[in-house]
Amino acid sequence: MSHIIPREASRRHRGNGFWRKTWAVLIKEFIQLQRDRVSFGMIVMIPLMQLLLFGYAINTTPRNLPTAVLLQEHSDVGRSILAAFANTGYFRVTELPTTEAELDRLLASGKVLFGVEIPANFERALRRGEVPSMLVIADATDPVAAGSALGALSRMVQTALVHDYAIPEAGAPAFEIRTHARYNPAGKTELNIVPGLVGTILTMTMLIFTALSVTREIERGTMENLLAMPITPIEIMLGKIFPYVVVGFVQAAMIIGVGIVLFHVPVLGSLFVLAGLSTLFIATNLSIGYTFSTVAQNQLQAMQMSIMFFLPNILLSGFMFPFAGMPVWAQWVGEMLPLTHYLRIVRSIMLKGATLSDLHYDAAAMAGLMLVAMTIAVTRFRRTLD
Amino acid sequence: MSEVNTASKISNPNVGDVVIDVQHLTKKFDGRAVVRDLSMQVKRGTIYGFLGPNGSGKTTTIRMLCGLLTPDEGTGTCLGYDIRTETDKIKTQVGYMTQRFSLYQDLSVRENLEFIGRVYGLDNPKAAARAAIKRLGLSGREEQLAGELSGGWKQRLALGACTLPSPQLLLLDEPTAGVDPKARREFWNEIHALAADGLTVLVSTHYMDEAERCHEIAYIAYGELLVHGTVEHVIAASHLTTYIVSADAGTLNTLSQELTGKPGVDMVAPFGTSLHVSGRDGAALEAGIAPYRRRADLDWKKSEPSLEDVFIDLMSKAQDNFQ
Repeated sequence: MSHIIPREASRRHRGNGFWRKTWAVLIKEFIQLQRDRVSFGMIVMIPLMQLLLFGYAINTTPRNLPTAVLLQEHSDVGRSILAAFANTGYFRVTELPTTEAELDRLLASGKVLFGVEIPANFERALRRGEVPSMLVIADATDPVAAGSALGALSRMVQTALVHDYAIPEAGAPAFEIRTHARYNPAGKTELNIVPGLVGTILTMTMLIFTALSVTREIERGTMENLLAMPITPIEIMLGKIFPYVVVGFVQAAMIIGVGIVLFHVPVLGSLFVLAGLSTLFIATNLSIGYTFSTVAQNQLQAMQMSIMFFLPNILLSGFMFPFAGMPVWAQWVGEMLPLTHYLRIVRSIMLKGATLSDLHYDAAAMAGLMLVAMTIAVTRFRRTLD
Repeated sequence: MSEVNTASKISNPNVGDVVIDVQHLTKKFDGRAVVRDLSMQVKRGTIYGFLGPNGSGKTTTIRMLCGLLTPDEGTGTCLGYDIRTETDKIKTQVGYMTQRFSLYQDLSVRENLEFIGRVYGLDNPKAAARAAIKRLGLSGREEQLAGELSGGWKQRLALGACTLPSPQLLLLDEPTAGVDPKARREFWNEIHALAADGLTVLVSTHYMDEAERCHEIAYIAYGELLVHGTVEHVIAASHLTTYIVSADAGTLNTLSQELTGKPGVDMVAPFGTSLHVSGRDGAALEAGIAPYRRRADLDWKKSEPSLEDVFIDLMSKAQDNFQ
């Protein structure tokens, strides 16, 4: 064992060596990046996945929007008009309610975006040469989604009945369509955006709060101590989530309050139901963030996972682009995201005055997502250092 | 004695006088055995020193004892509970002090202690934390953040934290690394006081003076337990013959180089103005150094090998077997 330092190796360069030192740090960073396989993979995967996912899914002039048709009379003319509706490509008849109350409920719950009502004696009026009118109700909470479909209606009126004989030919259209933009008659975008922002902001902040909580314990070395104590993974998880439920609740109250005061967004439904379902949404996001925390090996990875989860939440939930306009597979992806359900809930309660019974599907879906996330987190949580 | 009896009343009735009893423990990481076929027993009230070079498997063994790692092979009990299946029960009665400071740096001394009190389900965590602060001499620092304490105080807090829930067994992993001699001495006084109360202490260390403060020691290298017993027993069992040569520094340096590798000389180690020359075979060593013993500038003296000599020798022997 010789301790003599060879002179050759320890000779130093003259000057301050700015680029040499920069180079030294650069090499070190590259080596460290290479070691973190997950981060390295994400550098390639994130852009590719997002590009494919969003490139195919997003559509700003949505087609095949769910429509409910209430037929007060059964006639050939009525059927022709329905066919013409479908032929525009914008409407897809999914429901056939029999009463006006049923039609209203379908619109309030967000199951359909349009309601079409053909009144009684419509055909008789046509044959007499009167110009009867039919009603199209649009859910205008999202002005973008409703806009282009409504635009297509005027063209449709001209051509709907050209093949029907026994209807008096005239220069003017044989019937007229009265459109009614429900919930947001002025078509104000902020009425749609502000409730949406409640969900988006909460998703972002809640995910980050818990995504770092377990990895931080590991990186600071406190995890070993915690694991040596008589405490179970469920106790650790609930203890880490609860404080942020309170934080999230305060945050939600603040955003909704500002929305009411500054943007004049109404709250037509029950504030109590809104508070309850918002709390559920907060807890769901915290659970998902916590799950990332148990899967990630370090804080950087946990952050990357959160961002990777956050982007589809914005783009596929119906926040930025109409949900009904996405292809079916993208809608299925959207159904897996808590924000999709919360957006329906918050918009329905605030703008449409929906009640809990209108929203039970979305509430159950959020609760389901929360339980799945918690189960993964508890089973993924490593109780030993093996 | 009375403390021992009260202590055993609240513990597992199956545990007798042997607190740690493990056989043939093996632990592998990525196919590489870090601990191999390790068996040991520790009696109640003993301070058991755990020695060995870095990476020898001390920390891994301690972690297997408190349920943080699952052994790949072997069985055993800790406080009478199975180390594979009853780790939940072990955790309630073991105080584990990690090698790296692992309390919350951004919580105050008091908040850290109260947290631990609550996790262990103490009836009055606030009162327990207050009592611990007083006992540890941390009064006046209770509101200071744990991360801002100096090394000695951090170590003292960590000891206070792991004794707070009144455990039956303390597992201390290199508790005095980087701590000054005075703080170390106080620490060991505390350990002896705890052991006198019936607490069993397993402590790993690199310091020879600390090894000599233990009731019993075990030496582990390359994952294998090489020797255990009292310090006297370990030294006697080494069968090492040691001479101490004194001379001026220049002479010693050349002598050290000349003696290294000579037949019969297994170990040459400089200690200030003297050199420890040791051999496993006494007669061979005598023969090897005979030519030097006549030199006037060297002062030869036969001596007991130190614990360090014994350990270095054990380690090189283990290395020979390992390769």
